[in-house]
Amino acid sequence: MSLTPDIEQADVQAVNAGAKAKVASQLYAARVKVFPKDVQGAFRRLKWIIMAVTLGIYYITPWLRWHRGAGAPDQAVLLDMVHRRFYFFFIEIWPQEFYFVAGLLVMAGVGLFLVTSVVGRAWCGYACPQTVWTDLFIAVERLIEGDRNARIKLDKAPYGLRKIFLRVGKHLIWLLIAMVTGGAWIFYFADAPSLAKQLFTGQAAYVAYATVATLTATTYILGGLMREQVCIYMCPWPRIQAAMLDEDSLVVTYNDWRGEPRSRGVKKARAEGISAGDCVDCNACVAVCPVGIDIRHGQQMECITCALCIDACDDIMGKLMRPHGLISYSTLRDYNHNMALAAPSGRAVSPDLVRKPGGGFVEGVRHFNWRVVFRLRTLIYVGLWSLVGLGLVAALLTRDRLRINVLHDRNPIAVNLTSGAVRNGYTVKLLNMQPEARTVTVAIDGLPGAQLTLEGTEGAIGRSAEVKLEPDTLETLHLFVTVSPQMLQSGKTPFEIRASDFRMGSSAIYQASFETETAK
Amino acid sequence: MANKDIDDVSGVETTGHEWDGIKELNNPLPRWWINTFYITIVFAIGYCVLYPAWPGLTTNTKGWWNWSARQDVAAEMSAVDAGRAGIEQKIAASDIKTILGDPQMKVFAVAAGASAFKAHCSQCHGSGAQGNVGYPNLNDDDWLWGGTPEQIVATISHGVRSPLDADTHVSQMPAFGKDGVLTAEQISEVTNYVLQLAQLDHNADKAKPGEQVFKDNCASCHGDAGQGNPDMGAPKLADKIWLYKGATDAIIAQVTNPRHGVMPAWLPQLGEAKVKELAAYVISLGGAK
Repeated sequence: MSLTPDIEQADVQAVNAGAKAKVASQLYAARVKVFPKDVQGAFRRLKWIIMAVTLGIYYITPWLRWHRGAGAPDQAVLLDMVHRRFYFFFIEIWPQEFYFVAGLLVMAGVGLFLVTSVVGRAWCGYACPQTVWTDLFIAVERLIEGDRNARIKLDKAPYGLRKIFLRVGKHLIWLLIAMVTGGAWIFYFADAPSLAKQLFTGQAAYVAYATVATLTATTYILGGLMREQVCIYMCPWPRIQAAMLDEDSLVVTYNDWRGEPRSRGVKKARAEGISAGDCVDCNACVAVCPVGIDIRHGQQMECITCALCIDACDDIMGKLMRPHGLISYSTLRDYNHNMALAAPSGRAVSPDLVRKPGGGFVEGVRHFNWRVVFRLRTLIYVGLWSLVGLGLVAALLTRDRLRINVLHDRNPIAVNLTSGAVRNGYTVKLLNMQPEARTVTVAIDGLPGAQLTLEGTEGAIGRSAEVKLEPDTLETLHLFVTVSPQMLQSGKTPFEIRASDFRMGSSAIYQASFETETAK
Repeated sequence: MANKDIDDVSGVETTGHEWDGIKELNNPLPRWWINTFYITIVFAIGYCVLYPAWPGLTTNTKGWWNWSARQDVAAEMSAVDAGRAGIEQKIAASDIKTILGDPQMKVFAVAAGASAFKAHCSQCHGSGAQGNVGYPNLNDDDWLWGGTPEQIVATISHGVRSPLDADTHVSQMPAFGKDGVLTAEQISEVTNYVLQLAQLDHNADKAKPGEQVFKDNCASCHGDAGQGNPDMGAPKLADKIWLYKGATDAIIAQVTNPRHGVMPAWLPQLGEAKVKELAAYVISLGGAK
């Protein structure tokens, strides 16, 4: 049965529709295959753009070069696990500066709250790797096997030469994409050009091949084979997201206040005096859905809010010369308001209450308004997000590139010398976090009469000693501090061990203490 | 099930659990999930067959592959030994000054010596080489048998009064009291003189006659000023570092009937390289001369 000559009606049922029909208590449920139909529209275009940008960033980033001088890697973004350094353009992060990464994760978390509170599961629908790669894999599938109906036909057809050829081709391209994806990952952890060469000549480390193999397998299985099953059964985020939304969050909504009662024979219904909503029950929204649900059932856990149903429905509405937005991004508050207009008694919807006779909607109907984005909750999220970001920038700008850590030897704490002097030992770690060599003066402040010795040098050498530090390294010194008997005070005396780089004008201080009691 | 509870909205049977009015739906699992579970069972059976798995009364099943963690460790240990062979041989062939002058050998020797010290020396000298009564502190600059690198190597190699090594350090202090060489009064006097040398609390009246007793009986080994003699292991007395406590009772006991420390000769047990590594570690403690 056709609605109008140019509107095709899809024969499709939502994957989660079966539950209503039967009382199920079997052990397992077979998967209902989903064959998403191609769709054009604003949100589909947005998804293509986001896919291009995110995949582009992912594949290209490791190949960006950044000159850091001799002895330092020339890769702009590099997670150097072997040498325990993270490089991000002009920023170099040492392991003890991992709080920068923690800060970025906090920003990502707050950012997710912010986006979710404004536009619901935008992460799921547009940016999640599972969505992006699944979308890419479906595009490949569509390219090879054709659109929805052709794919259903092929799936039902017995295996013949053509079917085998198409299926093998599809899986080979999928595997190729998966391999490139897994391959791109390891380039973040080593110099990309030389690792690529090693990979192809069979000289890369075992772990590199293992990582490529693992990520190829997971990308192929999750993106190609499992698709929406990952979102529905494996991902925890759908379970949490309900708590992240409020009545002012924009979510993909079927506006049944104007759509119901739906009817496939609108003209006929109207002729018989029965009121008819805008929904013509063409099932386009179900046919394009990548998780295979029917958005007209309302908010569902399975919905990833990719908004492809909006594109599909707007297309149909356009053909029928009716206003767009039967399925739209809408807030629960607006929806409830419009519902109250259309169904004042709280029962059946009367679309005539919200529609003007000549087309368009009555004054009271609420539509999308930009103000819902700027509300107290989102402003708090923006504030928090900016605060953490500014804190990170401030920390980055003021962080010291020379550090000193001192560990007082505890066994023994103090050593008596034949001269009557007492000596304490300290393990001093000097961190030259700059990519250039520097000469650092290690000196003691306070503790009158004290002299320092560096292990490996002869005798007490005075109040300070010069140490040459290699670029970007941690130097461990064993430092002895000796106090002569004349100046000796019993007990514990605080003093400072100071490392200074006079050329760079930076210094680091450690508050140490000198003890005279030997441990017994 | 006797009484099924069906959820009105979804038409799905519930599990019967209820929290604050919320019921849990008993939706079936997807088939692939169940299949994954079966695969884990197959995997576990294969694992039990191939690897050691089931405990018995006295031993366990060995598995077809005869794998054991001990074999893995032994293989890794021999790989480590093979990797170290070159530098160990170099250390064994070099003298201690050369080892200390070569940064690569020194870092290796000090680290290897520190671990060997924990295994062989810490029982007497303490885990930080801090010593104890009767066992010298190796952090300080007071050395019974000399504190130069060569002397330290010699002491570790041959030990002190070791019955099994002909080259061991040997010396003996006479039992001045037990053998009746000195009277109790003389011992008390010389003890106070020794305390005076060390600038510790003493009886000046007694120390005065003690000086002559010291010159007649003790100076030949300990030196005129009590400066000690590393050639015969005679301790320096004119400092505050004491092997058997620097107190009147302890010194009287030592003069009357002396105790003598014994240290094993390590060269036969540990070999050239380990001995030099131990010496390098001891020297790194900062007290060597």
